Amino acid sequence: MPNLSSLFVTATERAAPFGEPPRALRHLPLFLGGIGALALCAALSLALGARSVPLSTVLDALSGHAEGRDALVVTGLRLPRTVIGLAVGAALGVAGAVAQGITRNPLASPTTLGINAGAGFAVVVAIFALKLTDPVEYVWFAFAGAAGAAVFAQALARRAGDIDPVRLALGGTVLQLVLLSWTSAVMLASRRTLDEARFWLAGSIAGRQLDTLWPVLPTLVVGLLLALAVSPALNALALGDDSAQALGVPVTRIRLAGGIAVVLLAGSAVAVAGPVAFIGLAAPHLVRPLLGGDHRLLVPGCLIPGPLLLLTADVAGRLVIRPAELEVGIVTAFLGAPLLALLARKVAR
Amino acid sequence: MTTTNQLSTQGLDLRYGDRLVVGGLDLTLPGGAVTAIVGPNACGKSTLLRGLSRLLAPAAGTVTLDGADIHGMSARSLALRMGLLPQQPVTPEAITVEALVRLGRYPHQRLLSPWSAADQKAVDEALERTGTTGLRDQPVDQLSGGQRQRAWIALALAQDTELLLLDEPTTFLDLRHQLDVLDLVAALHAEAGRTVVMVLHDLGQAARYADHMVVLKDGRLAAAGPPAEVLDADLVRSVFDVDCRVIPDPETGTPLVVPKGSAARHTAAPATA
Repeated sequence: MPNLSSLFVTATERAAPFGEPPRALRHLPLFLGGIGALALCAALSLALGARSVPLSTVLDALSGHAEGRDALVVTGLRLPRTVIGLAVGAALGVAGAVAQGITRNPLASPTTLGINAGAGFAVVVAIFALKLTDPVEYVWFAFAGAAGAAVFAQALARRAGDIDPVRLALGGTVLQLVLLSWTSAVMLASRRTLDEARFWLAGSIAGRQLDTLWPVLPTLVVGLLLALAVSPALNALALGDDSAQALGVPVTRIRLAGGIAVVLLAGSAVAVAGPVAFIGLAAPHLVRPLLGGDHRLLVPGCLIPGPLLLLTADVAGRLVIRPAELEVGIVTAFLGAPLLALLARKVAR
Repeated sequence: MTTTNQLSTQGLDLRYGDRLVVGGLDLTLPGGAVTAIVGPNACGKSTLLRGLSRLLAPAAGTVTLDGADIHGMSARSLALRMGLLPQQPVTPEAITVEALVRLGRYPHQRLLSPWSAADQKAVDEALERTGTTGLRDQPVDQLSGGQRQRAWIALALAQDTELLLLDEPTTFLDLRHQLDVLDLVAALHAEAGRTVVMVLHDLGQAARYADHMVVLKDGRLAAAGPPAEVLDADLVRSVFDVDCRVIPDPETGTPLVVPKGSAARHTAAPATA
């Protein structure tokens, strides 16, 4: 552990200067490496599972040349699952970078803004009251819950018209705890709700078809564009609200726009996959040592480690208790807890 | 309206919540000059600077720049005319001096527009002027206090504004670095014609470096004008509650505040007063 953390610190010290204009070419090898790693992960995600399929069969199945059970598993189950994993991971990674930027808090994430807990509560209430049974039906309840919680967290953080970053992180955390307890209360009151909701609440991309993803595709795209649009201003925001304002950043408006981007991205992700923690927290921390703290690189940079982490965790979850599976949300929580401890140590130093 | 970079306030009230910090201020800060805002702790100096730089909205009254209400301008157009060094800015982790100074170009840049030669020139000049060229690749969080302050001033310079507001730029610096910063301010005014407004603690330094002095007490204007006309024993007694003599600075001839002997524990020779 000490080795790992010292490695992290030296890597940060060597980080690329932040504030420089993005020079795409300089980072090309890194970009290609990231894409390569992502392609490998996607291939493993298509091949591995309770029933492992050789990569050659995967390729045949994708190009439509193979038939039979193996091909059906690949195209019917694992392909949608992998595509959804890519989208959800990317959304969570970018949402995490923006959440950390607008709160100026390296430990912030969509979870800290109450988004996962809001979605979870809304879905559990919907299952309880409307007797829903299919994750496709949860999508809009999850999204609405995520948005509602984030709006409430921002309202809690308002002081004299401005959004205070410390209050935002603290308010979101408190809100998250309250919503989690309400969620538990509803589930304890109804056995049926507990049975329906517990797998969704663990966070999973298993058994999802692409028609779960289509409804949230527009919100994902708008969220991503908004995140990219605010990223130059996040660099100025990192200097403190006063300095940012003096540099001509409309601080409150940027923080609001960033908050909306986080809601759109993380809300879409949670609507599809249920609450998956730690991806949004970890992705920016993987990018910073490589690309530096410039948000113009950091925010789009999170498009790669986000899905990389999510797919890795998902594949790992399929292998550890084969032929059964661990939900991806459980795996990320398992891997994320030590990461959080490591980051907290580093921040406290 | 001509651009003389003259800031003024008309009946300005500034509040934090229910607390009135600055009240009924009618003030004109001459353009093309160095103005020092002084006063005892909690007199509202920094609050006034926040009001002048639009970080704090007036509860009543207006702040105008060359006659135009600064609250009627866009954040960006104000940022092109006025730079600010806050008292305690946040230094992002691992940011280098040059990267920090580059952020000063923020108001000059548009979305998707590349970094221009003019941007780089402004950054290089700001580094040069503040003597931080040699530090450009160093992380700001590993610099000494004096170096760090110069890097932050370089950021404000790279913003390339006619008007520069500094909130206690010498706090936490030793005497050598205090003088470095103030000499830098003086040079900015003398060579680059910048209008400077700064909050200072030290009355002697304010008298030495400022053309115009604004003295606040309890959020009200106690006096304003050239230091030689404003600073006298009566003013120091009424504003700071200190009995003193004001003598010409042996080096510069500007007013120098010397507290009366009763405020000292040691005397080298019999006091004359």
